[in-house]
Amino acid sequence: MPEEQFEPKIIAFLCNWCSYRAADLAGTARMKYQPNIRMIRVMCSGRVDPAFVLKALSFGADGVMIAGCHPGECHYIDQNYKTMRRFTMLRHTLRAMGVEDERVRLQWASAAEGTVLAAAINEMVNQVRALGPLNWTDQWKESFNVEEAVLALEHEHAEAMEVPV
Amino acid sequence: MSKKGKLAIYWAASCGGCEIAVLGIDEKILDVAGAFDIVFWPVAIDAKVRSIEKMADKSIDLCLFNGAVRTSEQEYMARLLRNKSKVLVAFGSCAHEGCIPGLANAYSREQIFQTAYHDTPSTDNPDGVRPQTTTEVPEGTIHLPVFYDTVKTLAQTVDVDYYLPGCPPEPERIWDALVAILENKLPPPGSVIGAETTVCDECPRTRSEKKIKEFKRTWEIIPDPEICLLDQGLVCCGIATRAGCGALCPTVGSPCIGCYGPNTGVEDFGARMITALASVIDSEDPDEIDRIISEGIPDPIGTFYRFSLANSQMRRSALPSNGAHAKQAVETG
Repeated sequence: MPEEQFEPKIIAFLCNWCSYRAADLAGTARMKYQPNIRMIRVMCSGRVDPAFVLKALSFGADGVMIAGCHPGECHYIDQNYKTMRRFTMLRHTLRAMGVEDERVRLQWASAAEGTVLAAAINEMVNQVRALGPLNWTDQWKESFNVEEAVLALEHEHAEAMEVPV
Repeated sequence: MSKKGKLAIYWAASCGGCEIAVLGIDEKILDVAGAFDIVFWPVAIDAKVRSIEKMADKSIDLCLFNGAVRTSEQEYMARLLRNKSKVLVAFGSCAHEGCIPGLANAYSREQIFQTAYHDTPSTDNPDGVRPQTTTEVPEGTIHLPVFYDTVKTLAQTVDVDYYLPGCPPEPERIWDALVAILENKLPPPGSVIGAETTVCDECPRTRSEKKIKEFKRTWEIIPDPEICLLDQGLVCCGIATRAGCGALCPTVGSPCIGCYGPNTGVEDFGARMITALASVIDSEDPDEIDRIISEGIPDPIGTFYRFSLANSQMRRSALPSNGAHAKQAVETG
């Protein structure tokens, strides 16, 4: 039996005005892209709080994509420039935490660019699949049995601190 | 006054500053002693863990627990005091959000031991001795607590009733909290006892719309005494930090470093700082933005999570032993 391939879970925040429509277009044009992506529609890529990305990564996502209108074409004038700066700062921070750059991606895709978005999704899925699972909560686990270590203290106190009458 | 309540104060992974802060309420400490019997306070009175162990559950009325949890002994004490206390307060930044001890979460136990017991210039350890959890001596086996890879907050360890933020909490806020507890005028359990605004609201400096071409380090400029420090390019964390200190640092020209923790509604301190700082960078060119950020914020964890790494969404940096992450962690140091 062939070894089972790791299928990454990727959360994508798509802006309502460009990228979500690009995804729609990809759908109506019957373009195929890998089904590893979970899309969440937001009104603007500028709505994506870095906390959303951190939450997704720490709760089990293997990668996060933020997609929005091309710079200069934002429905809300210049919010996607804020996205660009936020994303740069977020990735700078995640890099310091040891999260690989490929796990977070900022993708510009206009409403006409279904092919661009589909290609970006495929590329990101392949990159994250090659990196392997993130499993961030595993980082919080200790390498020894915490319960045992804590209970040992209770026994020890009972033994050591009782003065025989 | 009815029967006196019982008070316990304990420290785990902390610096001792919170204990001093309790004494910062000055002569009011006598009122505290008037209202409570202090049953346990290792820094001030001689009481034994064993006597706490023998108390009935919930027989301590109030426990102020300061310090983060980074060893099995601290976890044991957190559980013990949780069981014995009616009201458990995470007192100060370490218990609340990990604080400076929580910054150790940027490293692993192995890296910390390597530095502390081998690499520091002041270490003289020719035999490479390291603390062992069990050691055989003629009298029998003796134990040391286990040192965790990841520092935890008190709330990540046991249920916490209230949080008193600050590194350390300001004496006035401590007194307010003690009065609220004594008069039974406490907010709903799980609340942070404190203000619900930011340090900016207490800061006397003049704010205008911010546009920053570069971030400056504190030693690079002598800040103007009137203008908002962030306007002047200093990374001031007042925008994300809970009020309560009276904006002590920015008032004297030193940027807020976030010791009072995240304001209400801020889920991840660093994420809020990233959101706010990214908005004020005055550039639309990706390469320039990259340069402003990488040069201006060389240590993003220390800048954005100085007090809250253990309580952040990610809680820690990737452990170097964890396969996929090992390579990058080594590269970025």
